[in-house]
Order: sequence, then C-alpha cells, then structure tokens
Amino acid sequence: MAEINLVEAVNLALAHELARDEAVVLLGEDIGANGGVFRATVGLQQRFGAGRVVDTPLAETAIVGTAIGMAAMGLRPVAEIQFSGFLYPAIDHLINHAARLRNRTRGRLTCPLVVRTPCGGGIHAPEHHSESPEAMLAHTPGLRVVMPSSPARAYGLLLAAIRDPDPVMFLEPTRMYRLFRQEVADDGEALPLDVCFTLRGGTDLTLVSWGAMLHETQAAADALATEGISAEVIDVATLKPLDLPTILESVARTGRCVIVHEAARTAGLGAEIAAGLAEEGLYSLLAPVQRVTGYDTVMPLSRLETQYLPSVERIVAAARKTLEAS
Amino acid sequence: MTRTRKPRASAERPLELRLLADMLRIRRMEEKCAELYGAGRIRGFLHLYIGEEACATGAMHALAADDNVVATYREHGHALLRGVGMDAIMAEMFGKAAGCSRGRGGSMHLFDVARRFYGGNAIVGGGLPLAVGLALADRLQGVRRVTLCVFGEGAMAEGAFHESINLAALWQLPVLFCCENNLYAMGTALARSESQTDLCAKAASYRVATFRADGMDVRAVFDTVSRAVRQVREGGGPAFVELQTYRFRAHSMFDPDLYRDKAEIEEWKQRGPIHSLSAQLKAEGRLDEEAFLALDAEAEAEVAAAVAFAEQAPWEPVADLLKDVHTPAGAAAGGTP
Ligand SMILES: Cc1ncc(C[n+]2csc(CCOP(=O)(O)OP(=O)(O)O)c2C)c(N)n1
Ligand SMILES: [Mg+2]
Repeated sequence: MAEINLVEAVNLALAHELARDEAVVLLGEDIGANGGVFRATVGLQQRFGAGRVVDTPLAETAIVGTAIGMAAMGLRPVAEIQFSGFLYPAIDHLINHAARLRNRTRGRLTCPLVVRTPCGGGIHAPEHHSESPEAMLAHTPGLRVVMPSSPARAYGLLLAAIRDPDPVMFLEPTRMYRLFRQEVADDGEALPLDVCFTLRGGTDLTLVSWGAMLHETQAAADALATEGISAEVIDVATLKPLDLPTILESVARTGRCVIVHEAARTAGLGAEIAAGLAEEGLYSLLAPVQRVTGYDTVMPLSRLETQYLPSVERIVAAARKTLEAS
Repeated sequence: MTRTRKPRASAERPLELRLLADMLRIRRMEEKCAELYGAGRIRGFLHLYIGEEACATGAMHALAADDNVVATYREHGHALLRGVGMDAIMAEMFGKAAGCSRGRGGSMHLFDVARRFYGGNAIVGGGLPLAVGLALADRLQGVRRVTLCVFGEGAMAEGAFHESINLAALWQLPVLFCCENNLYAMGTALARSESQTDLCAKAASYRVATFRADGMDVRAVFDTVSRAVRQVREGGGPAFVELQTYRFRAHSMFDPDLYRDKAEIEEWKQRGPIHSLSAQLKAEGRLDEEAFLALDAEAEAEVAAAVAFAEQAPWEPVADLLKDVHTPAGAAAGGTP
C-alpha cells in the first residue's frame, strides 16, 4: 500500500473509476495533456485517451452545462473547475438545472454529475483562489456537497460521489493537497456519503469541522488533551445533506460543542449546525454552542490571511469558554 | 568606470525612445518581481508579461489621459504605463497598505481609479462586461471617452466575450476590445480552444471593425491601436484589435511550461520587442548602445527605488481586516478616491 497525499488520492480515485466504468468522463481546462493546475488528473489522458479525459476551452458555463447534458444521457461526467472562484460563471447551470433535473422530471431524468474544485485559503492567494463556497452550494436543494479532509477520505468519498446518481459538489481543500501522506489502498471501496466521521472520541466537548480546518481542529484537540481535556472530533465530510444525528449523539454525551469553519461566519454552515443543536439537542447542552469561523470579509491577501483563518489558539479559547460556562 | 550619458527628460524624447524606455521599465520591473517571488517577498500568484511588452506599450501610448482601461491579471505593464506609480505597484505586489489597491488586490488586482485604470481582473473574461458598462455610463453621462478593454485570446471562449461584444456593437458603444493573442491560454493552444482561430473574423461576425497588428513590434501596435482608437472616439462604434504576441515565461510561477516546444519559445525570443526596436533604432542611427544603457539604467534605478519603497512600507494593520466590505454609514456613496 502506498503512502499518498490528498491530490494523489483524488487522482487514484479518478483512475479507478475511469477503469471501472466506461460512463465516467472527465472534463475541464488543461486537465489532459497538462494534468490540471494542481496535477490532480496527471497521467489520466495518456492512460484513458482524449475521449475520456477531455480538455476544454476556457468556458466554465459550458463545461458544467455540457456535463449536465451528458449526465442526463447516462454518462458520469466529472468536471474540474480550476479554482472555486471560477465556479461562479457555472453557478447558473448548477442551480437552475443540475440541482433540479430530477425534481423537474419527477425522477425520469437524473444528473449523476460530479464537479470537483479546490477550495479554501492558506495558499497565500487572494480572493477567487481562496474561496469557501460550501454554504452557498448547500443552500441549493438538489446539490450534495462533500469535502474530504484526508487522502483516505478523498479517495473513498470521491468514489462514492462518482457512483452517486445525483449531482455532487466535491470541494477539495487546496491547503491539504500536499499537507500530509497516508496509506491508501486502491481497493475501490467507497466511503459512505451523508454521514459524519468521528475522528477521535472524547468526553468533555465535541469539536465539529470539515476540510482543511480539521488540521487546526485536531491540533486544538491535542492541545486540550495536554490540559486533561478530552475533545471528540467530528469530520462532517458531507455538508449537505447534513448528518445531524451523529453530532447530536456526540453532544448528548459531551454537553459542549465548538464548530470550526473557515468560510465567512454569517449564514455559514456553523449556523445550520448550531440551529440543529438548539432545536433538537438543547437540553443536553451544558454551555452555549461556540463558532470559530472566518470573518465576513473577502479573503485578504497573504499577510492578513493568517488572521482570517481560524487558528488553534482561537479554537482552544472557544473550547475553554464552553468549559467555563458550566 | 564608464560614465553614462544623462538621458533626456522622458517627456521631451521622441516617441520611439519613449516606447523603448517604457518597455524597459516593464521588463525590469517584472524581472525584479520574479526574483522577489523566488525570495518569498511576493507571494500568491504572479503572471509575467515578459515578451509581450510591445502590446501594452503601444496600446497605452495610443490612449488619451482621460480614457478608461480595463485589464486582466497580466496587467502590471498596463498599470505602469497608465501612470500608476511603480512604487504603488510594487507595494501592491508585496500586499502592503501603500499599494495601489491598498494591499488587498495583489498582482492580479491593480487598480487606480484616479487614472481610470479599472483593474486587473483575476477572472478570465471578467473585465469585458465591466468595460461595456463603463462605456455605457460614459454615454449616458454625456462624456466622450474611449474604454480600452484588454484580454487574452483564451477569454474569447468564455460566454462573457460574446455577450459583451454583442451589446457593445448593438448599442454602438465606444469600447476598444484589445485581444493580446499570445497563442496559449495556460497550457491550451489556440487551435485547441477556438473553432475559428482567425480572431478578427470571429469578432467581425458581431459587425465591429477589426484590426490586427504584430504584437512584437511596438510601433506597429501603436499605429494600429491609434487608428482603432480614433475610429472609436469619432463615434464609429466598438472595434476589435488583435495583437499577435507571445509570452516568453511560463503562464505563472507555478506552471512547468511543458506544453510548448522549446524551439518555438526560442524562435519567438528572436523577435523580442525590446531587442527589435533598439536594433531598428540603431540601424536608423537614432540610438547607440550608450543611450540604450542609459535608458536601461534609468529603468533599473526606478525599480530599485520601488522595491526599497515596498520593503519599508507598513503592512495593513490587523484591525483593518474587516474594513471596506460595506460603505460605512454616513460615508459618501461612490467610495473614497
Ligand atoms: C473564469 C476563469 N477560469 C479560469 C481561470 C484560470 N486561468 C487563469 S489565466 C488562464 C488562461 C488565460 O489565457 P488567456 O486569456 O489567453 O490570457 P493569457 O494568460 O495568455 O494572457 C486560466 C485558464 C480564471 N482565472 N478565470
Ligand atoms: Mg493567451
């Protein structure tokens, strides 16, 4: 079994599905001969041909719109958008068509489409290259939103996304692409969608996060452990539909919850989770739920980026606050 | 020690020497940026214009001071020649508060509203409808002005190109669409991107006047863009110019540049715009090596001063992180100049 990083895991999953299912077709800008801006598709066109790994012109609207047509005909297109800031020209087709095709035809047509795009900051790039659009996408009925946080989950969740009959937005945390390596078996075993993953058990509080922020969240759990505080860490993984029961069950045991995300605070998914806890878990809470998030501003250029992103210190401070409250 | 002759003040120089001096300014500034990027002083993305300087230089010299310019993320040269100070550009590259976008734009989003430079734009095609809007506003406000919109040939595959040029033609707006065709959009060659590789023919289908120039020849660019600007300014509706050029460097600092033949790059380098013009001027007896070196030294000195300025400029205070998302209550609409 090879130790691979997250972007290599994406590549491995794409290769596995291209080999397994003839209906799988990749399309995007410079994904073929060039292997993609982040090299996620490196070698795939050589291996599977230009008919299965399709280089497109610069045309996000057409990339996603075309993929919807392909999906309606039973293919399984996997479109790559180079950065999530370039997704916006395609949002029209995602929201107006991909997300609604099934509903509009009462299931006579489905849209087994995957749109992969890097997301999040921490790479010293401004604005469009550091977006966190997950809440905006999750707000759209009909779109599934998935974000892996490790090479193994990237592999398993991408397999599941490609096999899923409905459109999946697969957001890949750019900062994690090459952050660490992990053994991943190319066994074709998908991980389940629509469920959270509990990354470590704990008894004093529950830390809930997704994507790259799990890196800081786990470091915060380590820091808390040195003080004798036991934090459970949950990777939400599928952001829509949200697996609230797993979070509720954890908070029923710990009584405290801190939600960590790098996207802007207002109307972020932290608010959705907090609302779910208020509605269904209020009586098990021993302290108010805390959110540690990005700010309601455009991702600033490199220097202030570190101020924008939730830090280990901010997470630890929020955790302490929940412990002090009771 | 060799003494360099003091060059004539730039405003008094003949046009050709100003064009040469400006190409050198862009070249030296960008070479320094590449070096500073390597040293980690400039971060994020950096898209160099090296090899294409004749395009911005010829085009910017063809405009009036009052015209609008909209550019792309490969806009360092355009900004500089519109009069954005090299100090302010360099500080912006560093992400410093003294930058022309106050540290929030970076290399891809240089802005200078006072000079009617409406930005670099990190979104391919993002500037095109904006340019049409500037021109429409000028018409509605009774101002006669040309809006020059620069973009790469890759942008012509985006829907935004078609929607924008159609509107401009339909409403006969004073926009000059200026395509810098360097044959590649990142790793994608023109023929793999366009069903119609004759870009003027493509634009002409919208019934706009089209022009084409050798984008490695700054005098040809200046002449052609000047003609196009004149036509647009005189009310002839929008026009389209294709400048045929080539970037000598990779797309960005991350691009391994595996999609181009080394021989092709070398061939184009033989036609380098700075080298070509200085060779022509020397042959015409209007420039000697000493004068060339003096212009180059002048550019180098300007770059050194800009770097020193950027290095010592302060960072944006952390307290300003949330500033300028919304207009504060009571502040004038339209923002601060
Ligand atoms: C909407 C959008 N899609 C993709 C990108 C990524 N990207 C940046 S530059 C570029 C190539 C653009 O080529 P071209 O328009 O020819 O300009 P050039 O870089 O050659 O100057 C691409 C694909 C982007 N910035 N915006
Ligand atoms: Mg190009």
